[in-house]
Amino acid sequence: MTKKRLGKVIGVNGNMVAVSFEDKVMQNEVAYVLLGEQRLKAEVIRVRGNRADLQIFEDSIGIKVGNDVEFTGELLSVELGPGLLGQVYDGLQNPLPRIAEKHGFFLQRGAYLEPLEMESEWEFTPEVKKGDKVLSGTTLGTVPEKIFQHRIMTPFHIKGELEVSMIKEKGPYRLKDVIAKVKDEAGKEYPVTMVQVWPIKMPIKAYYQKIKPVDPLVTKIRIIDSLFPVAVGGTFCTPGPFGAGKTVLQHLLSRHAEVDIVVVAACGERAGEVVELLEEFPELIDPKTGKSLMERTIIICNTSSMPVAARESSVYTGVTLAEYYRQMGLNVLLLADSTSRWAQAMREMSGRLEEIPGEEAFPAYLESRIASFYERAGLVELRDHSQGSVTIGGTVSPAGGNFEEPVTQATLKVVGAFHGLSRERANARKYPSIDPLESWSKYTSFIDAEKVQKGVSILKISDRIERMMKVIGEEGTSTGEFISYLKGEFFDAVYLQQNAFDKVDESTSEERQKYVFDLIAEILDKEFSFEDKDEARKFFQELRQVFITWNTVAFQSEDFKQKEKDIRNRIGANKGKEHAKNI
Amino acid sequence: MQKIYSQILQIVGDVITVEARDVGYNEIAEVKTQNGTSLAQVIRLDGNKVSLQVLEGSRGISTDDKVRFLKHPLQVSASEDLLGRIFTGSGEPRDKGPRLTDNMTDLGGLSVNPSKRIVPKNMIRTGIPMIDIFNSLVESQKLPIFSIAGEPYNPLLARIAMQAEVDMIILGGMGLKYDDYLFFKDTLEEQGKLSQSIFFIHTASDPTVECLLVPDMCLAVAEKFALEGKKVLVLLTDMTNFADSLKEIAITMEQIPSNRGYPGDLYSQLAARYEKAVDFDTAGSITVLAVTTMPGDDVTHPVPDNTGYITEGQFYLKGGRIEPFGSLSRLKQNVNGDTRSDHRSIMDQMIQLYADYREAQEKHSMGFQMSSWDNKLLEYGKRFESELMDLAVNIPLEEALDRGWSILADIFEQTEIGMKESLIHQYWPKKEKE
Repeated sequence: MTKKRLGKVIGVNGNMVAVSFEDKVMQNEVAYVLLGEQRLKAEVIRVRGNRADLQIFEDSIGIKVGNDVEFTGELLSVELGPGLLGQVYDGLQNPLPRIAEKHGFFLQRGAYLEPLEMESEWEFTPEVKKGDKVLSGTTLGTVPEKIFQHRIMTPFHIKGELEVSMIKEKGPYRLKDVIAKVKDEAGKEYPVTMVQVWPIKMPIKAYYQKIKPVDPLVTKIRIIDSLFPVAVGGTFCTPGPFGAGKTVLQHLLSRHAEVDIVVVAACGERAGEVVELLEEFPELIDPKTGKSLMERTIIICNTSSMPVAARESSVYTGVTLAEYYRQMGLNVLLLADSTSRWAQAMREMSGRLEEIPGEEAFPAYLESRIASFYERAGLVELRDHSQGSVTIGGTVSPAGGNFEEPVTQATLKVVGAFHGLSRERANARKYPSIDPLESWSKYTSFIDAEKVQKGVSILKISDRIERMMKVIGEEGTSTGEFISYLKGEFFDAVYLQQNAFDKVDESTSEERQKYVFDLIAEILDKEFSFEDKDEARKFFQELRQVFITWNTVAFQSEDFKQKEKDIRNRIGANKGKEHAKNI
Repeated sequence: MQKIYSQILQIVGDVITVEARDVGYNEIAEVKTQNGTSLAQVIRLDGNKVSLQVLEGSRGISTDDKVRFLKHPLQVSASEDLLGRIFTGSGEPRDKGPRLTDNMTDLGGLSVNPSKRIVPKNMIRTGIPMIDIFNSLVESQKLPIFSIAGEPYNPLLARIAMQAEVDMIILGGMGLKYDDYLFFKDTLEEQGKLSQSIFFIHTASDPTVECLLVPDMCLAVAEKFALEGKKVLVLLTDMTNFADSLKEIAITMEQIPSNRGYPGDLYSQLAARYEKAVDFDTAGSITVLAVTTMPGDDVTHPVPDNTGYITEGQFYLKGGRIEPFGSLSRLKQNVNGDTRSDHRSIMDQMIQLYADYREAQEKHSMGFQMSSWDNKLLEYGKRFESELMDLAVNIPLEEALDRGWSILADIFEQTEIGMKESLIHQYWPKKEKE
């Protein structure tokens, strides 16, 4: 800290800057390239001899050989403290709305602002007394933040058993005020403020133990919850070609998933989509809390035209913020859209470093990076034995929509659920376009496994018959087969598909899913009898129409009960004579 | 003060290397050769070795030619004087007008703060029913036209240019055939639109590096005007040539190719251009329409594939018509709700019926039994194709919607089209003839 370590630029190639240094450098430390008044943030990514290669988080235009570089000795970090909720940050945790206030339409190079407003005041209530023994991550006190009790914790980086040597009384304090002091076994004293700093590429591990994720996370999207569930603290990925609705699906998840906090990391995607979130979320009301959705959301956005190197940090910044709130015993959902852009950023940098390329020129460490990122998800038992979780869902944008490519494959190895989107389903406007025949999940659903199995098998049969009919025509199939085909189509249309533009249908509660699935299972089980195929088709078409309307009325309302009666009557009216022309 | 370097160490492709000091990354330099002067841009610094790509190509450069660094990045003049003018990819006049040096603006420029963007809400009418009804074009949208070589994509672009209600048009031609360039020029001239247009044209015979600059030139100028409150439409043709030039330079620079020879940063390069499309909070807007030819009609080719992930939908040009399937305007929901009450229903139902027609057609060609419904569909499909899909059709949105109703009414019963009763009551044409 005493004297600044300096270096000099010796080469520039795109967003990679080579620097010579005399003293020492640390791998992954943050450095600034000094360009007149501007300080451009960069990160050391390789050291060879007295030459360090830096990836720069800004446009490198105008950098000259001989420019000064200042090393900071700190890893790329984020600030953690009250006031994060509802914020919109870039990949380096710069608050975008405040930057806009200051600099206008454009993102000026080297314009950084503090992520949290250090002068802001928060009402602190202590939870420990002087002399108490604490560990890293122990709650020292709380402040109210939006709808939560934000825990002020012992800094995560201090090791061993500590003693509280000072704690402030209840009252309002500024973020930068020291509110407590802790002493370690060697007698060294650490001042504690309400803000702590944590390097984004390291997982926060201040908990008692990690536990296996079992409970399903209710997303209110039927095809996910019933067929391909996600567990609280689990991981899932959503690969799909462009236009298949990845981002729309993620937006739906961010709105409806039953979690405490959602962190959206928009990584290298369209700016327009983020803008939609920014305009929409403050207006939308979270049914659980009655407050605006923005109050439980943090948005990190590094859109496709923003500096490439910051894409990587946007994903890590997102997961670090998620882990921080997990430490407070909350369930957090991190949505990363799209991990392919982050992988591409790695590929770009790897190419500039002239590393030996792996498949499709992605670096050889692609898989391990992706794996260690998803491993930061999990359900943990905290030191006070309460539980908190981070669930990670990432989209993948495979080149050419082909799931055989390296990023998709590396992701599939480490996630617990796979929601593959299909272009065919999207073209046929079947949304969400998750392919029920290709997707899988290792977690258990709240729907009875046997019933789920039945549903999936009817889909497979239906698909087989449909393909057969394309070759031999409807004439060539028996009525029995034709009915199985219709059952599959029916299940798909009324249950797996969901209308995101309908206020009721866009989200289905756990209770309702269970209720409706029972009826669906009944229908799939029943042996119908029809005079001919036209009659069968007509029956299912009409049933489908009623069912879709049923999906749009509020659960257990008068209307709901009436429509249900109508459906049951229709099914009951078909006597299902076992001697009929079935099979 | 400005030092002149006269020793070129290396010439590979269009990239030259000189030894020089105090040179900024992406700065430009002048190279004086026996044939004249060319601009060059710094693309790599390595110690004292500076690599530059020469905009006019390296042909005729000798190792003792003079290189002078200009201490600024590439710039383009952006003033009212540009209107009606035609330039090359490096900003030199291609018409007989004077060189422009006022109001120089850096190319590339900064990226827009996402929190200063707004959700676009204005439709751009084109008079093409397949766009206006089915995939409305929205101000500030970025949309490619996916097409096979040989499709009439340039005439389509020219038509949109003539009919779109915008303040000005900037046309960027990359690897354009000379004939096509003249076609654009003549068409806009005939319609009196040339005075609202600016051309940056790189033809197939011009140096590769200039091709790379065309989108940046167009967008830098567009941004300047948009900030002054103008609605700007940028037309680019053809972005595949741009990507191919990127590939050529990358390989010259010995970069490791990722997919079919394209550099690993193809996505970022394309995104940096397309993301310039913007609706400014309190100023104007930039809308980008770009032709992307698909080699071998393959939408999974790296160029259309990466483009699709960046843009807000795509128009799919096939068989001389805009295909309803595969074409998509992601922003249409923002605008088609407040045009006319039947817009969305007509859009959905006519496409649904057209999809049914395609199925019926398949059935027909396979020799399966045709029902009377199937026959109705066949008739519907034919009329839909000739009266709405055909690119020659040029009618305003309202007329196109009426035409849709009259096709439906001629063929189907009211109950067959699955439309809300209130809409049928309001719009179903009264038959007078029979």
